[in-house]
Amino acid sequence: MREFIKLYHTLDQTNSTRAKVAAMVNYFNAADPADIAWATFFLSGRRLKRLVSASNLRRWLVEASELPEWLVEDTYASVGDLAETIALLLADRNRPDALSNVSLAAFVTESLKPLAALDDAAQRDLVLAWWRELPYNACYIVNKLMTGALRVGVSQALVASALSEVAGLPRPVILHRMMGHWSPSREFAEQLLAEDDGAADLSRPYPYCLASPIESEPGAMTPELMERELGVVDDWQVEWKWDGIRAQLIRRGGNSYLWSRGEELIDAQFPELIEASAALPEGTVIDGEILAWRDDAPMPFSALQRRIGRKKPGKKTLSDYPVILRAYDLLELDGSDVREWPLSKRRAELESLAEHFPGRLHLSEVVVADDWAGFARLRESSRERRVEGFMVKRRDASYGTGRTRGIWWKWKIEPHTIDAVMLYAQAGHGRHANLHTDYTFAVWRGEDLVPVAKAYSGLTNAEIDELDKWIRKHTRERFGPVRSVEPEQVFELAFEAIASSTRHKSGVALRFPRIRRWRRDLAPAEADTLETLQGLL
Amino acid sequence: MISPRQNDAPLLKPGAAGLACERGGFSIDPMRPCELALITHAHADHARRGAARYIAATPSVPILKHRLGDDICIDGVDYGETIRLGDTDVSFHPAGHVLGSAQIAVSDGATKWIATGDFKRDPDPTCAPFEVVPCDTFISEATFALPVYRWPPASEVAHEIHEWWQANRKAGRPSVLFCYAFGKAQRVLAELKAYTDASVWVHGAVDEITELYRAAGVSMLPTRRVDGREKRDYAGELIIAPPGAAGSRWMRRFRDSLTGFCSGWMQVRGNRRRRGYDRGFVLSDHADWPGLLRTIDEVRAQRILLMHGHADTLVRLLRERGVDAGVLSELRDA
Repeated sequence: MREFIKLYHTLDQTNSTRAKVAAMVNYFNAADPADIAWATFFLSGRRLKRLVSASNLRRWLVEASELPEWLVEDTYASVGDLAETIALLLADRNRPDALSNVSLAAFVTESLKPLAALDDAAQRDLVLAWWRELPYNACYIVNKLMTGALRVGVSQALVASALSEVAGLPRPVILHRMMGHWSPSREFAEQLLAEDDGAADLSRPYPYCLASPIESEPGAMTPELMERELGVVDDWQVEWKWDGIRAQLIRRGGNSYLWSRGEELIDAQFPELIEASAALPEGTVIDGEILAWRDDAPMPFSALQRRIGRKKPGKKTLSDYPVILRAYDLLELDGSDVREWPLSKRRAELESLAEHFPGRLHLSEVVVADDWAGFARLRESSRERRVEGFMVKRRDASYGTGRTRGIWWKWKIEPHTIDAVMLYAQAGHGRHANLHTDYTFAVWRGEDLVPVAKAYSGLTNAEIDELDKWIRKHTRERFGPVRSVEPEQVFELAFEAIASSTRHKSGVALRFPRIRRWRRDLAPAEADTLETLQGLL
Repeated sequence: MISPRQNDAPLLKPGAAGLACERGGFSIDPMRPCELALITHAHADHARRGAARYIAATPSVPILKHRLGDDICIDGVDYGETIRLGDTDVSFHPAGHVLGSAQIAVSDGATKWIATGDFKRDPDPTCAPFEVVPCDTFISEATFALPVYRWPPASEVAHEIHEWWQANRKAGRPSVLFCYAFGKAQRVLAELKAYTDASVWVHGAVDEITELYRAAGVSMLPTRRVDGREKRDYAGELIIAPPGAAGSRWMRRFRDSLTGFCSGWMQVRGNRRRRGYDRGFVLSDHADWPGLLRTIDEVRAQRILLMHGHADTLVRLLRERGVDAGVLSELRDA
């Protein structure tokens, strides 16, 4: 554990990407394959299945700290991280480290994972022993591994950069091998770094190609600017931008796999798509968007939300919220990786595949216009079509890895906006611990303010600091970490869509609300009304 | 004659002009102009221009003159000496926060109040240590009143700073350490003496205060002022600058530098990540959680009033333990 703990702190103590990669390369070069596997697992943001319930950890913390429960909770709310709160309250810096000679892999497999099988009392004994005996750094890391992801400011891509340097292989190869589900073992690490990757996992997805916004703010791009930035319209394939779940559908070895963009296997949530995909030829991988779909049109995103959380959707859910996969790219054909092909060639093959698509697979249509002005006009119809605008993809480009700039653009429509009054504020977590960054906003219904949205982002750091001071001075009541504030501050909120909702007091649910501007020029009475919002439905 | 009604009124009362003492005819740390200002210490959130007359602890006088202007009308009072102001006896006692910092004790014969200003209990070679003065009402800061704030010994932190500097030196990179220009910077310069006698570069704002500390007999590492015009290579050097210099044009001269920040807030990772420094060093001039509890215990006051930071948290805990405690700002409406 000593080397891994050291690596964590080196990564945590620098902002330089170069230094982070160098630290990981150092670690991987000296580490045993089993440790490489586990370090890759944790550094790339993966986490162990829950070992110990968070409520138990909090209860034991109250016991061990001998502090009142409310004080432990207040402290946790201020620190914003349970693993860190525990270490700060219980561990000393200068204790001898009993774990320093245990390897990461041995600690995880022999000490941490077996926790899950123990009863509460046995878990408590082991966990309290770590808290009482380990020095701060070790106690903190053990808590982190036990409670969730490491979050040390490295991405999967950065870990892949380090591994590719260690293995002497191109980064995309490593990235691809890191995709999907794998168990961190000595064998996995050996395959990860091996020259030849013969025994590829049949379920393994490809890294997604991600689009960048073409404009800094919606409405910034005129047809003339599009022409100047992107060149002639014929070089680009334009499709509607659907508001669903990005997914990769894999047909290999007589089985189908459906992956979300977060690399979760979502077969169980969407059995009808798995069933439909049996009609695909062997060795096919499709990139597309899952949409709730009825009467030849997408349903609001809230319909899809009914499906996301359900591992075993019942008959009623399946019939109330039917889904389709809108296919827009082809990554593997006849068992060969075709990502290097230009989009035009992949699209031609996708279209010929689509001739035999079963009912639940739809081909994403290519939108046609004579020029950018024509597309700009068509884009105005986005809202009626329940899409978010356009995806603009370079016809001669291969399928990129991650956010490769200049090949896929999103050209979104102007969001809706409203002016709303801040009612509640809550401190954030991690980087925003101690700072009120989560806000609840309300609009008028007669004489009352009714909450309509929570928003977290959109302010500058300076504005967040200023607002935090204001919140502390104008708090009306405190409910644990939440404060109600004087209804004085007005903000312009932007959101993508609105749907009626029985779960919200206001009767409406906003899609992706965020703060656009702090409207210091507006008095609370000038904020919008619920009627205005209902008019958008 | 003091009427009974007046006698019930608090001896020190928070108001627009600071902590006002009607019976003494003065205000402690006023933020607005007034006749007579008593200053606990020379940090900008405690000492402002605009008072007709100032009184402070003797070692604070040169620093106050430096910060507020040579033209202010100021008298120094030695630690422990009692002076008569209006109907009150007033004395200044070391607070251990920075050079010249003082708790101010006010007594009207019937009751004795103390306002600590900012204070700490940890040893600090740059100023006189905190003195426990028993009183009836104790007005204490509570900036770090959460149990996660427990300071490591300053000598250990200085050792960490030195190791960080040496590692950066090996990598050929400058180390820029952000510290408050008055107090923290000098404490670091004094604590580092245990590990090196090399000289340290300082920002102009740090340099001026450091010279005042030297004049007061505080022993620190030799310093050199970063000169605006001079072009030189700072690879491997340690530079101490105020936090306000972060991200400014002034920083451009330290190519490829690594940055650190010395503050009690650095105890919590989220605070450090948010500010974007490479390293955070936990070094504070305020009392930590054990220091606050110990001090409140030792002064044996009947009533504790708290201000700043997590005052409400500590008030709740003290009340649960049967102590008469309150948040100072709530006296405003009393």
